[in-house]
Amino acid sequence: MNRFLLPLAGFVLLLVVLLVGLTRAPDKSILPSPLIGKPVPQFTLPNLFDSTQPVSSESLKGRWMLVNVWGTWCVECRAEHQVLLQIKQQARVPILGIDWKDQNEDAMAWLAQLGNPYERVATDRDGRVAIDWGVYGAPESFLISPAGTVVYKHIGAMTEQVWQSEFLPRVNAPAGTAAPPASPVSTAAGATGRGA
Amino acid sequence: MLVELGHYALILALLLAAAQAFFGLAGPALQRERWLAAVPSAACGQFVFVALAVGVLVHAFVTNDFSVRYVAENSNSALPLFYRVTALWGAHEGSMLLWILVLTLWTMALVARSRYLPPAFAARALGVLGVISFCFLLFTLATSNPFARLIPAAPDGNDLNPLLQDPAFAVHPPILYMGYVGFSVSFALACAAMIEGRRDQLWAHWMRPWTVMAWAFLACGIALGSWWAYYELGWGGFWFWDPVENASFMPWLIGTALIHSLAVTDKRGLFKSWTLLLAVTAFSLSLIGTFLVRSGVLVSVHSFAADPSRGIFILILLVVMIGGALALYAWRAPLMKSAAGFDFISRESFLLFNNILLTIAAAVVFGGTLAPMIADTLGLGTLSVGPPYFNPSFLVPILPMLSLVALGMHARWRRGGLKEARRPVLLALGAALILGLALSLGVYMHPLTLTPIGATVGLWIILAALIDPIQRLRRRQRLPASVAGMSIAHIGLGVFVLGITFVQSNTIERDIALKPGQSAQLGAYQFRYDGGQDIEGPNYEGFRGKVTITRNGAPVSVLYPEKRRYLVQGTVQTTAAIAPGLNRDLLAALGEDVGAGAWSLRLQYRPLIRCVWIGALIMAIGGVTAVIGRRQRGLAPQDERLALNAGAAHLHGEGGAR
Repeated sequence: MNRFLLPLAGFVLLLVVLLVGLTRAPDKSILPSPLIGKPVPQFTLPNLFDSTQPVSSESLKGRWMLVNVWGTWCVECRAEHQVLLQIKQQARVPILGIDWKDQNEDAMAWLAQLGNPYERVATDRDGRVAIDWGVYGAPESFLISPAGTVVYKHIGAMTEQVWQSEFLPRVNAPAGTAAPPASPVSTAAGATGRGA
Repeated sequence: MLVELGHYALILALLLAAAQAFFGLAGPALQRERWLAAVPSAACGQFVFVALAVGVLVHAFVTNDFSVRYVAENSNSALPLFYRVTALWGAHEGSMLLWILVLTLWTMALVARSRYLPPAFAARALGVLGVISFCFLLFTLATSNPFARLIPAAPDGNDLNPLLQDPAFAVHPPILYMGYVGFSVSFALACAAMIEGRRDQLWAHWMRPWTVMAWAFLACGIALGSWWAYYELGWGGFWFWDPVENASFMPWLIGTALIHSLAVTDKRGLFKSWTLLLAVTAFSLSLIGTFLVRSGVLVSVHSFAADPSRGIFILILLVVMIGGALALYAWRAPLMKSAAGFDFISRESFLLFNNILLTIAAAVVFGGTLAPMIADTLGLGTLSVGPPYFNPSFLVPILPMLSLVALGMHARWRRGGLKEARRPVLLALGAALILGLALSLGVYMHPLTLTPIGATVGLWIILAALIDPIQRLRRRQRLPASVAGMSIAHIGLGVFVLGITFVQSNTIERDIALKPGQSAQLGAYQFRYDGGQDIEGPNYEGFRGKVTITRNGAPVSVLYPEKRRYLVQGTVQTTAAIAPGLNRDLLAALGEDVGAGAWSLRLQYRPLIRCVWIGALIMAIGGVTAVIGRRQRGLAPQDERLALNAGAAHLHGEGGAR
């Protein structure tokens, strides 16, 4: 064989490796949440709209809940806001908002302006609770079962498609047969607002 | 409106890049003389429009235009003006724009110097640069448009990654890219030589200054990045073998090999096909580095803007650029036969060893960088490759290479060994051995075997590099810039080796919790923690500690390490405080508040660490000296062209194009 072809052959081999690596990249770049299948982390946080009624992890139990971590400083959160409003209109799954590392006035102004998709909003000003939830950027959304376990986690902006294909099937599946369509974590390409 | 103009400017630049590629490659092939004239104009126009696009984006950052998505994601109205400008290259889209701007700058430099080249050859090289530029502009416009709007506009931006809010970061990426992208010129010249099927070695003569300049920029860029990581990441490390660091280090290693093999090809007409392969490889590694960093294939602390969806696109571009060049190589390299031979002990053979060992070193880094991905692909699980692999394996080829430097510098071309240089080189070795042992056993007192070896090798390189300049001075001869440049660069290498040796073997590190008033001892230095206070910056709040350092009771320095919380992203960042010195650095960084006024602290003593960066800087200065001197010494343009017309009887008839 022509020895001058060897570099080209090596390059082709490298291409194959890179191509295979690339197709596997998406599930590598995110760590599956260790919370999946576990009870929600314990917390008690101030309620944005009613300071006499703190929001606690106990209050999540008894029905399907969507927990959405957001902040007014987060650009992607603005992008997903319309989708959250639609989910509220469907009235299937109530949404608990965790307002992360934010100012109360900013959060209230934002919800007054764009509409409020949340049943309640807990404020996590110093980000302690978000650490327990394994949040490393906003927005992130968690699906909580009536038993109070974390069923699914989505990293990045919620979209109509993700809601239809990943969240609703899990809610609709009969208890005990919760056969997930795919891996219990998904991510939006180019999710921004990565925090700590 | 202005933002859309920037977008259109980028599209126009894409079209001009296409014109530059077409006329540059088709003109000589079809022997259309007038097409050749269009190539420099297209290149200039492309530069103007790319510069315009960059200017528009800078304007958007400066005026806080948060209707531009890229600005909203990487800036904030509280961000100081300086960082609003450098935020341009704070993430993926802007980095690509900077990449393209740097490429057009190099293209303009080649246009300016192209009167020293045969017109058809210059047109082909510019045509190849046009192809590269077209690929990157297409990639940027199709997948990473920095001018994309955000509707509705964000009230304020997401802020620049705090790690990047640093003066070193302002200059690190541009200089690094000057190096990285600079190899594109060597690549283009190599491709042009292969397209023409040149049998002479003039192309090597033309390629040398470009390669050395790019190499010098890359050395500075890597050193700056290492320095930035050293004080900004807060933990005192200066090299992590991180994929992104490796991505810039591999082209540098191959570039170093290329510089040395170019010398052989230029002077002796040997190693032609090998030199061409190195020229293609150096830039290919830059491109693959870009792929690794930008596609998310490898997860790294640096890849703050990785996105797998862009990976396929870059992969296709790699096939076009690298695959094309290597196919060209397989076709044309067999033509490039070297006639002359050389003795076993000659400069040629030393440079051959240099090349082989540097290439192995680059392969070691390449393998280590890709290993986690390959292991994952084969289903072998997650593999983490770090310093425990890189440090020893890298030494295997590099230590012999360094030991041969002093001999190689003084070996003669073709045959005859060292001859009259033998005595001074051996004297230098003796002196280096005594000094090295004294330094490692007497001053730094370290029992590790590698320490005296490293010290001796480093000193030997420095002393051997001084032989030539000293002899010439004693004989009152002129010192040619090429010799001076080589000596300076090798002295830099020696300084670098000394720095690495002692910083690796004699660093003292302590993690300790201290209450105000308590102190810790590191070697001869005593670090006392004196409490601290809360602080407030423009876009962060935090805590600043005070650490007083004394040596045998005499005050040495007072350090103020900080822990900052950036308000917009909520990121906590450790800013280490460093008392720098030529002979040692003393570092203090804040860990955690452990309560009752006590803080956990990381304290470090690092001897000679400055030598690592100063050595790299001296190497770069050596390279620049050789290039600038060469121009002054150089042939007048007319002579060079005559030499070329006489020497290069071209085989592939672009005669009509001239």
